[in-house]
Amino acid sequence: MRREIPLFITFIIGTALIVALFIPRDPFPRLDAEFSVWFDIIAVFAFILGGGNLLKIHVDRITRGHKDRFYSVVTIAGFLITLMVGLMKFGGDPGFKGNYIAEGTWFKVIYDSFFVPLGATMFSLLAFFVASASYRAFRAKTREATVLLLAAFIILVGRTPLGYYLTFWLPEPLQFLHIPTLSNWILAVPNLAGQRAIMIGISLGIIATSLKLILGIERGYLGGEK
Amino acid sequence: MTFIERMQAIDRRIIFGLIALAVIIPMLVHLVFVVRPSPIVQSIFDKIEALPEGSRVLISFDYGPATVPENQPMADAMTRHCMIKNHRLYIMAVWATGEAQANITIEDVIEGEFPGKVYGENYIQLGYKAGNQGLLNAIFTDLKGMYTTDASGADINSFPIMEGIAGLPDFDLILCIGSGKPGMKEWIQFAGDRGDIPVAGGVTAVEAPLLYPYYPRQLLGLMGGLQGAAEFEAALVIKYPDYRETSTTAVKNMGPQTVAHLVIIFFVIVGNIAFFVIRGREKRERSE
Repeated sequence: MRREIPLFITFIIGTALIVALFIPRDPFPRLDAEFSVWFDIIAVFAFILGGGNLLKIHVDRITRGHKDRFYSVVTIAGFLITLMVGLMKFGGDPGFKGNYIAEGTWFKVIYDSFFVPLGATMFSLLAFFVASASYRAFRAKTREATVLLLAAFIILVGRTPLGYYLTFWLPEPLQFLHIPTLSNWILAVPNLAGQRAIMIGISLGIIATSLKLILGIERGYLGGEK
Repeated sequence: MTFIERMQAIDRRIIFGLIALAVIIPMLVHLVFVVRPSPIVQSIFDKIEALPEGSRVLISFDYGPATVPENQPMADAMTRHCMIKNHRLYIMAVWATGEAQANITIEDVIEGEFPGKVYGENYIQLGYKAGNQGLLNAIFTDLKGMYTTDASGADINSFPIMEGIAGLPDFDLILCIGSGKPGMKEWIQFAGDRGDIPVAGGVTAVEAPLLYPYYPRQLLGLMGGLQGAAEFEAALVIKYPDYRETSTTAVKNMGPQTVAHLVIIFFVIVGNIAFFVIRGREKRERSE
């Protein structure tokens, strides 16, 4: 029964959601909305699962004396302090309906003083690594690599005002060589074709996997047999 | 090691240092370029502009602090435009961090620049809810079922702005500012396509190429990265010159980004010159 009940639930909900898309008549739209609400409720529990998993991994690291255990201490301390401050709504209106991130709450202070600068710093580091990686990787070693290099060059220049300044003087018959125009063309034609192909491939894969899940052929998500 | 060989193996600390200077110096000297709106950005501006006064616009903040330099100017500029046009603005987030970012826009743009706007009449902050695309599916038919209160915990039915709102089809336009999943793609698939609701917005430069397949039929316009945000600001300033002082965050930040791009291009060119010179030399040596 531990396997049959989840398979039955998956089949019923999966089928109802598919049918609702093609038959917009009662009771299917209602079922669709109802199931979505259930999904949202279950999704909230994923936070508990995520928090538990985070604690499990880092407590394990500390107890095993891993070389990076000090980072784990910082992670656990940060997690627990933020969680408590958010749950208790320190500095704000207590209770379930109180806004945890309202002006004056401790959570807001943690968010503004720690989370924002740390997040911005992590993302800003990308600029340095992108520059270094571009220098090392973008070499016109083959014909394909040369095409990629030219496309990257046009996009890099075309996505800045510089692209306009470099080629605005081109006469009307040569306007197609205007760098911003070329940049837009690369995004709207070759990129679009590639993206569509990838999307169609992914969609077909999703449809196949979904059908296998609904029909009970794919059972990996149920976990191991006991 | 010869000079050319050194050019092919520049220490990455030198690259890091020059990139840092390429960002810091233009910021210090306030290097600003003129930005012109492209058609894909102009179409968002035109849509907001064409909507009749009082139209219902839903704006979703689906990003976090990491992408603020790209996303926040987009959010600020579109919110500013909606306020200028007296549209009713419904603010929400599908990302947990989005609510805090939305509060920044409310404080800086709505309360800062439009003090006459009344909360609950002209705009409302619905806040964040978990569920990703499941949330979008649920609020499509029953928004008040999921959002029983606003972000501050007040009863959702106590606000005049919520009158006549049942689900997403009651909105005239959906704007999404995103930096990943769930984001723009989910808004198109679970709201725009399903309810034939116009969807537009902005995403990070990295994500923008992934969304071109939806433009222009399913996505009426798209701001890609800081350049997209700067283009929207430029479109706004062209039409409303009074906002020249406030609507220029992205335009100002384009200076450092342009110089940083130039530095990257310079290193790529140097690396390739060195590569070809060394390869030519090796070929000559082999033939001898």
